[in-house]
Amino acid sequence: MKILVPVKRVVDANAHVRVKADGSGVDLSGVKMSINPFDEIAVEEATRLKEKGSAAEIVCVSIGPAEAAEVLRSAFAIGADRGQLVIGEGDLEPLAVAKILKAVIEKENPQLVILGKQAIDYDNDQTGQMLAGLLGWPQATFASNVTIEGDQVQVTREVDGGHQTVRLRLPAIITCDLRLNTPRFAALPSIMKAKKKPIEQKSVDSYGVDLKPRLQVLKLAEPPRRKAGIKVKSVTELLDKLRNEAGVI
Amino acid sequence: MKTLLVSDHDNKTLSEATAKALSCAVSLGGEVDVVIAGKGCRAVAEQAAQLSSVARVLLADADAYEHVLAEPFAALIVSLAAPYDAIVAPSTSSGRNILPRVAALLDVMQISDVSRVLAPDTFERPIYAGNVIETVRTTDKKKVITVRTTAFPRAAGGGTASIESIRAVADPGTSQFESEELHASARAELTSARIIISGGRALQSRENFTKYIDPIADKLGAAIGASRAAVDAGYAPNDWQVGQTGKIVAPDLYIAAGISGAIQHLAGIKDAKIIVAINKDPDAPIFQVADYGLVADLYTALPEMAAELAKSHA
Ligand SMILES: Cc1cc2nc3c(=O)[nH]c(=O)nc-3n(C[C@H](O)[C@H](O)[C@H](O)COP(=O)(O)OP(=O)(O)OC[C@H]3O[C@@H](n4cnc5c(N)ncnc54)[C@H](O)[C@@H]3O)c2cc1C
Ligand SMILES: Cc1cc2nc3c(=O)[nH]c(=O)nc-3n(C[C@H](O)[C@H](O)[C@H](O)COP(=O)(O)OP(=O)(O)OC[C@H]3O[C@@H](n4cnc5c(N)ncnc54)[C@H](O)[C@@H]3O)c2cc1C
Repeated sequence: MKILVPVKRVVDANAHVRVKADGSGVDLSGVKMSINPFDEIAVEEATRLKEKGSAAEIVCVSIGPAEAAEVLRSAFAIGADRGQLVIGEGDLEPLAVAKILKAVIEKENPQLVILGKQAIDYDNDQTGQMLAGLLGWPQATFASNVTIEGDQVQVTREVDGGHQTVRLRLPAIITCDLRLNTPRFAALPSIMKAKKKPIEQKSVDSYGVDLKPRLQVLKLAEPPRRKAGIKVKSVTELLDKLRNEAGVI
Repeated sequence: MKTLLVSDHDNKTLSEATAKALSCAVSLGGEVDVVIAGKGCRAVAEQAAQLSSVARVLLADADAYEHVLAEPFAALIVSLAAPYDAIVAPSTSSGRNILPRVAALLDVMQISDVSRVLAPDTFERPIYAGNVIETVRTTDKKKVITVRTTAFPRAAGGGTASIESIRAVADPGTSQFESEELHASARAELTSARIIISGGRALQSRENFTKYIDPIADKLGAAIGASRAAVDAGYAPNDWQVGQTGKIVAPDLYIAAGISGAIQHLAGIKDAKIIVAINKDPDAPIFQVADYGLVADLYTALPEMAAELAKSHA
């Protein structure tokens, strides 16, 4: 079985982003970029399924600028076998990303696609579900456990009140939540080996899909910042303030 | 303008989140119909009919909808979509699961997590863990929207909408429900709670959550939350996680005990009216956003707080 994992290059989870003075965008100059943390979890899960013998090959796809090759290398260091870099500058919306992924999937024929539940920059939480809709495949979002059983996959999902377990017929789409696994620390030999794994390059325009943005970004702004309040000296003083100053208890 | 609101419920009770998403749907202008799909869920339809400004309630009662599986549910919504200009759902785990699938099937780009409606085609939404507010205008004719429910008030009652039964559509049959494990709790629900007390890694165990957090939650009638570190370590269940990738909350009072205040955690509590931090490290980042900070060991401060609250409530 082949597993496909889309990986996105995003602002590092520890970086601080600032809006440009004219509100036209976010200033990313000099900001550290990394593989989306959820996608790292997706690659780790695919690697574990391969190690267990449930999968034979892991292909990663990243859509973005030429530098997105770096996140494919990060995925290789965890355990992915080869990569596709779909180069495009400018704003691709989840619907367009899903359409490109659909075209890639129709060529690669994976039985399972594992995505992150959300990219930590735009937090859309859409791409996997859209892809499943476009392909007419079943989906299990927010996965915290994945087991392959023959031509089916059993997935436990994190839902608002707890957990739900579903069974999907393959081929299927999974999006992963934080507690699916803890990605391994890539050791030096894996990082060296990752440099030699093949990356095939294409352009976003080569798929013949409609990439025209549907949303116009009119403005970006920073919300009003919360300010530090006061330090209280004791529990008694705290409760007094909550009762008599803030009036919240 | 005609809007279809996709409801969120457990076959018995309409969620608070749906009543809030209704306020967003109403602010688009025009009529709002609510679709209730589930099994044995007529009571939910009756609750929806009583919300103000609902025109019609569409009730699809069938086995296929009992567990809100995305495939049959999205197929149903798509089959109803034609007369509507907008399809709206709360950003709950089921809304987030289903609506992007609906959007793709309608060839529409969804607008996720809308926090404000500026015009029927123009919206604000938070990105970058709430550190940036984006204003977007959609050019799609049909709009597909999920709603950040903490940003909208609950719709009022007093409505008398009609309830119409609608037929189920063919289930693609590619997915099957197996089981669920829901944490029943008598406590307030995090996303609608007025008071929340959350614990972090410093709690060290599930037992300590029970021993130190529960008594205060009991006295204040509060919901209990947790940081990701506490959930990852197994001290608290997953559905307690507050933050960018957990629940977004907006209580009047948020008490963070033994939580450092990472940006991903703060992303979930930005709309709290009052934030209290209890942390033994005076330099913990949580103090930069706390209205009241107490530098203290939580293992002495929390029992003291429980005792004082017990006194005054007695
Ligand atoms: C310069 C620039 C500016 C942009 N400005 C905006 C903006 O202001 N607002 C906006 O909404 N979008 C903007 N985008 C697009 C944005 O980067 C996202 O690609 C798009 O919104 C997808 O949403 P998401 O990443 O939140 O998807 P999600 O649905 O949250 O992503 C879920 C999963 O889908 C997969 N995935 C998503 N994107 C890719 C990808 N490119 N390659 C491989 N896998 C992927 C990953 O597995 C990911 O974990 C901009 C892009 C660029 C290059
Ligand atoms: C992609 C991604 C998504 C994430 N999403 C979320 C999310 O949704 N929600 C979330 O919370 N986090 C999230 N995180 C994790 C986040 O970055 C932090 O790691 C996490 O919030 C830390 O939890 P904590 O504050 O409990 O632990 P720590 O950072 O370890 O802080 C513990 C605090 O307790 C204090 N302390 C210790 N002992 C005592 C004592 N006896 N009395 C008083 N204080 C004490 C310490 O001084 C310290 O400040 C995410 C991270 C990533 C990368």
